[in-house]
Amino acid sequence: MRKWASLLLAASLSVATLAACSDANNTAEGEGGQTAASSGGSRLDTVKSRGQLICGVDGGIPGFSFVDSNGAYSGLDVDICKAVAAALFGDPDAVEYRQLDSTERFTALAGGEVDMLSRNTTWTLSRDAAGGNGLEFAPPTFYDGQGMMVRTDSGITTLEDMAGQSICVETGTTTELNLTDRMREIGVQFTPVVFQDADAAYASFAEGRCQGMTSDKSQLAARRTTLPNPDQYELLDVTMSKEPLGPVTINNDSRWFDTVKWVTYGLMQAEEFEITQANVGEMANSENPDIRRFLGVEGDLGQQLGLPNDFMVQVITAVGNYGEIYDRNVGEGAELQIPRGLNSLYTDGGLMYSPPFR
Amino acid sequence: MTSPSDQKIPLWRDERFWRILLQALAVVGVIIAILIFAGNLSRNMQQRGIQFGFAFLRNPAGFSIGETLFPFLPNEPYFKALLAGILNTIRVLLVGIVLTTILGSAAGIASFSENWLLRQISRVYVEIVRNTPLLLQLFFWYFAVFFGLPAPQNQLEWFGSMYLSKAGVSIPWPQNTPYLWMWLAVLLVGAIAALFVWRQRVKLMVEQGASGRSQLTTLIAMGVIALLIVLFGLGWQIPESTAPGLVQGGLRLTLEFSALLAGLVFYTGGFIAEIVRAGIQSVSKGQWEAARSLGLQSGLVMRLVVFPQALRVILPALNSQYQNLAKNSSLGFAIAYPEVYSVANTTYNQTGRPVEVFLLLMAAFLLINLVITIVMNQLNRSVQLKER
Amino acid sequence: MTTTTPTSSAPPDIVQLGPIAWLHKNLFSSWSNSILTIVIVALLLNFLRGFVVWVTTTAQWEVIPLNLPRFMVGLYPANQYWRIWIAFGIITALAGLSWGVLARQTAKLFSLPVLIGIGASCVFMALVPVPPLYRLMLLAGVALVVAGAWVGRQAGRKLPALGRWVSLAWFVSFFVVLWLIGGGLFLRNVSSNDWGGLMLTLIAAIVSIVLCFPAGVVLALGRQSSLPVVRWFSVLYIELIRGIPLIAILFMGQVMLPLFLSPGARVDRILRAIVGLTLFSAAYLAENVRGGLQAIPRGQTEAANALGLNTPLTVGLVVLPQALKISIPAIVGQFISLFQDTTLLAVVGLVELLGISRSILANPQFLGRYAEVYLFIGIIYWVFCYTMSIASRRLERQLNAGQR
Repeated sequence: MRKWASLLLAASLSVATLAACSDANNTAEGEGGQTAASSGGSRLDTVKSRGQLICGVDGGIPGFSFVDSNGAYSGLDVDICKAVAAALFGDPDAVEYRQLDSTERFTALAGGEVDMLSRNTTWTLSRDAAGGNGLEFAPPTFYDGQGMMVRTDSGITTLEDMAGQSICVETGTTTELNLTDRMREIGVQFTPVVFQDADAAYASFAEGRCQGMTSDKSQLAARRTTLPNPDQYELLDVTMSKEPLGPVTINNDSRWFDTVKWVTYGLMQAEEFEITQANVGEMANSENPDIRRFLGVEGDLGQQLGLPNDFMVQVITAVGNYGEIYDRNVGEGAELQIPRGLNSLYTDGGLMYSPPFR
Repeated sequence: MTSPSDQKIPLWRDERFWRILLQALAVVGVIIAILIFAGNLSRNMQQRGIQFGFAFLRNPAGFSIGETLFPFLPNEPYFKALLAGILNTIRVLLVGIVLTTILGSAAGIASFSENWLLRQISRVYVEIVRNTPLLLQLFFWYFAVFFGLPAPQNQLEWFGSMYLSKAGVSIPWPQNTPYLWMWLAVLLVGAIAALFVWRQRVKLMVEQGASGRSQLTTLIAMGVIALLIVLFGLGWQIPESTAPGLVQGGLRLTLEFSALLAGLVFYTGGFIAEIVRAGIQSVSKGQWEAARSLGLQSGLVMRLVVFPQALRVILPALNSQYQNLAKNSSLGFAIAYPEVYSVANTTYNQTGRPVEVFLLLMAAFLLINLVITIVMNQLNRSVQLKER
Repeated sequence: MTTTTPTSSAPPDIVQLGPIAWLHKNLFSSWSNSILTIVIVALLLNFLRGFVVWVTTTAQWEVIPLNLPRFMVGLYPANQYWRIWIAFGIITALAGLSWGVLARQTAKLFSLPVLIGIGASCVFMALVPVPPLYRLMLLAGVALVVAGAWVGRQAGRKLPALGRWVSLAWFVSFFVVLWLIGGGLFLRNVSSNDWGGLMLTLIAAIVSIVLCFPAGVVLALGRQSSLPVVRWFSVLYIELIRGIPLIAILFMGQVMLPLFLSPGARVDRILRAIVGLTLFSAAYLAENVRGGLQAIPRGQTEAANALGLNTPLTVGLVVLPQALKISIPAIVGQFISLFQDTTLLAVVGLVELLGISRSILANPQFLGRYAEVYLFIGIIYWVFCYTMSIASRRLERQLNAGQR
């Protein structure tokens, strides 16, 4: 008589499935009630009620986002996370960092695992468009281009010299596609060696598996400093693409997107107003109505975004203006010494330009 | 007085009622689960503006693949990229199955060797390989072993015909000419003929107690001819080092392929060795003794009596090992070998279509496993006991 | 190839041979055998010499001691290590206690081999390259095991029901340990992001093993069920899961699960990985258990029915225990491979033992130390897996011995 066995089993199975369903329902409703991104609620409310921002970063690029052996994060990308946290909570440390590799970053964002990406992510149409990855790109915080790193003693000086060579590249990146495009354009045959994580790619390059390593120039420059004997490597004098890198949020959530967008713009605007970490207190007494509005002494710009009115005071106190962030992490005050170039304010011939805070 | 059939059984004690109810509940439960998941999926996809469909497969892929069996250009569509990935998987799978079977059988049989050292080596090998994770072994092979090879300028040379360096492994390989195919056909015909001769020899030896010497001579002659054909007829191209760091001719295997192959072969070999050992052990001792008492030599006992019986135990278990090999080959993506999972990963990343790509991936693996099962079942049927 | 008659799996007869006779029998019984021996010895010596030279000169081992805490617990905050030590203490004490209770019938608890083992582990713990305080803790762990064993044996002899309480203690300790590690309730929260190293490997493996076992048994019964719908669902599930690689399932867990949940619902990534491992292993376990179920003769069921047991009782008390007993080796084998499969979490971005090793190797200071690091964690994995397989063999032997 196996019937009873089957009965028992069927019972347990159906109970299990039902339990699973009701569980799914509960969690769905429980969390959905909190976030309900689909039904008008915004991630902004989720983040506020959580009291902490979850920020997806790379974690392996000195100067942009790097976690040291004590688990402390630093870098330009990290400072953007801190700025958003400061705007929301007045506390730049109310951030939980999540290290993501390039293949998992968008799903982590779309799945709600992180609130935003600040992870040297290139802004492209297909990533932005609803028919592609369906993301929202805040203004670029770093204008970059794709480069190629080779060994100094390899004798390679141009991309054409790379014919027949192996090139290490990280998968899931725009650089993987740009590399293919450029090489096709100049008709050079090469062998891509595609790695899932950047660490393995750079290690393989350093071990001599590949003759070239391609990525964003800033990343190559940063990673070069972490290789043993950095002097043995150099960047070719070629720029293979445009790589505007900036923070990213999920599609169809404009309240949250606006927050991230305007905090980012605020950093540039602060530099334009010459408001720094040191003088932000005095600047609040400024007579300039633009600055008074910007710092929330007058008007309700912050409230319109759903933030405290003095959110930019908090941001600047925490991380300084864009110029300070840049110098501290990748510019003159840092090891990388990357010239401002395109990343200067528009007043200095660069591309950093904030719409008016009005 | 009511007859037993009329007796009213309370509904809750009627087994039929429960059977139907529980099955209905199971169906309803599964359907509800599917509906909830599907509903969430469509809502999520709608929110992200994704349309379900496979039309994207015809868009140009835009990325290039490190090694492919057919020429693949980046402007070719995604489905071709995925096909290239599947072929890469099949490539490592076929070579892997052959090599791992040889290695595993050798190790399994070695565990019955008269030589104590050989037995211990077989045991140590099996215990090491089976008790450490495959992914770790793959990393070890790739990063510790193959990255330990010298740079192309001072490459290793083995027997004047193999070159090893960080640029890859070059091995001798037949040139692709009509002669090659002709000789391969000859070899195939010869192998079938040899099989017949072998069968006849065994039959004669068993049934008539013949020495089988004449057939053995034939077989040896055929073997020598086959060896000659293999050596000289196939037009082997020996890789040559024309300049320091430059190797021409032969077949060049990438480090990724070599590392994946080595890792899979050694790992699966450990499991096959255990299967072979258990299979041989499963043949009862009486069979050995009976065969011995008939005057057969130890080697013959193994070949004629024990191994065919062990095969019945071994073959079904091999099926699942080959399937594991196929599934494990997906770990190649962690060491940059462009097999199907790796290409699927890139495809999903560049298109943002995880569901479709995942379905394709699942279909590919289910298909590969189905083929393995069918082939193995055919083989299995030919060795199973034929009840008369 | 020359072969010998395979002996049955029973322990070989110990025949005292003189060393010369032993050499002759095992290594130089014939010409071919002697040549084989010489070739193997030459190869082995060559290999061993190379290996020893590498270990002592070329290899740079400082990567191991410098990163030992990270190998063990990943990025867990250093000022909270005491919580892990307490958890470690609880587990060692319980392990000792269980050992004592299980071995209460044996004549001598601390026999010579056991004493040697304890001594060796003491020496080993004392030599581990960590600060003296930690070494003291490790030694205390050994002491806890020994003390627990002694207490368990003494108490176990007086209270026969102690075994049940120990099981309960294990169950409770699981949640206590999770609370200690994760925090909440008077303890600082340590985000699961910071869990890592061997600790995460063990958590993932143990939770998955505990969860996949009942799921596997239910699936196996489902596949054998006489209810067609249940059977079809079970077969469909088992065959689908067995057809695809684990990495694809983990990928689905990491990438696709959010798509299947309602918007905004978040599941911890470690939990998702554990769910993936469990779903995967349950299908394989079901097949192992099914093998056991099929081996139970019909007579068992019929006899139980004749005694008046109904079907659930027959299955629960008669068929399943026997079936599980038969499938123990296969089930433990599945657990071992599940333990090994936790390494795949490294490729979905979790820093368990293999993942943390990769991130350590990415540190420029330790670039290229692959062989050292992979060998080190390979030994850790090997010790765990080998222990499990030995334990399964002993268990199997004990159960078989009871049957005779």
